Amino acid sequence: MQNIVIFGATSAIAESTARIYAERGDRLFLVARNEQRLNDIVADLQIRGAQSVDYLIQDLGELDQLEVCVAKIKDTFQRLDVVLLAHGTLSDQPACEQSLDLTLTELKTNGLSFISLLTLLANEMEEQRTGSLAIISSVAGDRGRQSNYVYGSAKSLVSTFSQGLRNRLSKQNVQVLTIKPGFVDTPMTAHLPKGALWAKPEQLAEGIVNAIEKKKNVVYLPGFWRYIMLIIKHIPEFVFKRLSL
Amino acid sequence: MSKYTSWGCYPKIDQRGVCLADKRGELPATPESFLPYGNGRSYGDSCLNAEGLVVSSQALNHFISFDPQSGLLVCEAGVKLNEILKLVVPHGWFLPVTPGTKFVTVGGAIANDVHGKNHHLEGTFGCHVKSFELLRSDSQRLLCSRDQNAEYFAATIAGLGLTGMITWAEIQLKRVPNPAIKMENIKYQTLNEFFEISKDSDQDWEYTMAWVDCIASGSRLGRGHFTRGNHAGAHQASPKASSKTLQVPLTPPISLINPLTLKAFNWAYYERQRQHTKSAISHYEPFLYPLDSINDWNRIYGRKGFLQYQCSVPETHSYDAIKELLGRIASAGFGSFLAVLKVFGDKPSPGLLSFPSPGATLALDFPFVEGKTLALFKQLDDVVVEAGGRIYPAKDAHMSAELFQQFYPNWRELEVLRDPKISSSMWRRVTQE
Repeated sequence: MQNIVIFGATSAIAESTARIYAERGDRLFLVARNEQRLNDIVADLQIRGAQSVDYLIQDLGELDQLEVCVAKIKDTFQRLDVVLLAHGTLSDQPACEQSLDLTLTELKTNGLSFISLLTLLANEMEEQRTGSLAIISSVAGDRGRQSNYVYGSAKSLVSTFSQGLRNRLSKQNVQVLTIKPGFVDTPMTAHLPKGALWAKPEQLAEGIVNAIEKKKNVVYLPGFWRYIMLIIKHIPEFVFKRLSL
Repeated sequence: MSKYTSWGCYPKIDQRGVCLADKRGELPATPESFLPYGNGRSYGDSCLNAEGLVVSSQALNHFISFDPQSGLLVCEAGVKLNEILKLVVPHGWFLPVTPGTKFVTVGGAIANDVHGKNHHLEGTFGCHVKSFELLRSDSQRLLCSRDQNAEYFAATIAGLGLTGMITWAEIQLKRVPNPAIKMENIKYQTLNEFFEISKDSDQDWEYTMAWVDCIASGSRLGRGHFTRGNHAGAHQASPKASSKTLQVPLTPPISLINPLTLKAFNWAYYERQRQHTKSAISHYEPFLYPLDSINDWNRIYGRKGFLQYQCSVPETHSYDAIKELLGRIASAGFGSFLAVLKVFGDKPSPGLLSFPSPGATLALDFPFVEGKTLALFKQLDDVVVEAGGRIYPAKDAHMSAELFQQFYPNWRELEVLRDPKISSSMWRRVTQE
């Protein structure tokens, strides 16, 4: 039986991942902002077989609260086996361009809150010398594009930070997994037309659990995004800057 | 491409949609009409709303409570039957009624009042629904059961999503000694034989249906394989489910089902069993859901899509009507490898517009071929009308307003209780004056 902590537990990917662990009979600790929705999820995970489900209502954008938040988790779980960071917002790029406040808020939610949590959690993991830190970044962090560079740069921060953390914690037998999903068909994206590149949250959840078990470092989900991003990253800048991506 | 499609992909509609955020969410406050949408497994246009939006229940996918002692399950309307099975089977419970695919939502199962191979004993899905919440466009939330808001309860079961959006439902599951199925497969020669075996099986076999060779004609008309099964005894070791699933990777430009492939398939499928009767213990999945192991199997019909024709004809005319229907299909020389024949029972459904009624039901898939498919359907409609039968709305994309109103005379009662903001492509088609 494992102790699983999930930040941003009401996101579709996080919830699908939580279900896999619940069905295995693991113990879960969920953190999210929306209390009613979290209650639905807690009841559901208990029915699906979780050994126990604890939770905390917390807006993860409130950075000064995160130390207390991590301490509360440690009160419940002495050992952290899997910690999944899955919170975030889909930034409205055109709106960000018109508002410095909004841009900074997006960077805080999608970037700084990850850095804060990882800084606190890294020390815990380093001490216990075991466990997995699974961090949801994005393919958007691989290269800045005009359509979402605010979100992309926050995720780029997360990817680079976790890369460094992996380097540090590998000596302590702690896995740091950077997860880079492509397009995901969630309620948040229900209004967008869907093509062949879109994946279901359940598919991603399986990929995440699999990557944690196989002790992977970086995983693109679904896997074909590795090749798409390989191409996108290698387009020379003098060409790239003229594209409308 | 829109992700909101019907299973038959005919008619082709570029459907727009939104998603209800959770079970407390409000329906969209847009001037255009909308329609609740589950997992898109309705074949025709009953799950589409070309002039407006669909409201997806994909986020309503939580279990609310499950009592392993009484088998009472409460879950949100977007939960799919496969998830219910995964949860309840280890506790000795089973779905009281299930259609031929486990990838339908609870909301969809209620809205179409689906039936299965055990209709002759258990009736429809709606017979086992104890209560549900109905969200209306004016934000009212109606708790519906046989005693409370009873008229909405009846109109919502088989109500094609038109009375409101079901947010959650309470279902009475069924205790089974073993999820595995003790089955028999009987190769039979004539339509007469089908009805005899069916009659003999009604009492003692929970699940019955037949695959029919829809190419066979003359004296061999109606020949096929009759399949019947019961849940195995408690001590029977259950075979493992095959984890293999196939994927149809893309939609071919033309249908792979054509007269040539059909003839070859039907011959081989009929002759696959040498002996008269074959018995086996089967996992419930291949027995109840043979096509679920092939993801996106609807793609084999090509870009033009396909239609299913499912009708029922009353007991007194069953033999003659089915014979005539099969005769017309065989002489048209096109049909599908999936032709299913079953005799319904007489257990009444609480649903106002429920499809099954005592008699026989025939279901076949047809690729859409310009000028051909609908012409054949016209010929089949004539037989159904003459026999006093009806067509199943969940599978339909062709029925005229005149036929629909004749098959379902109480449609006006549903129209009265329909949510004024809800409509569907089908409803506009079959209620036009």
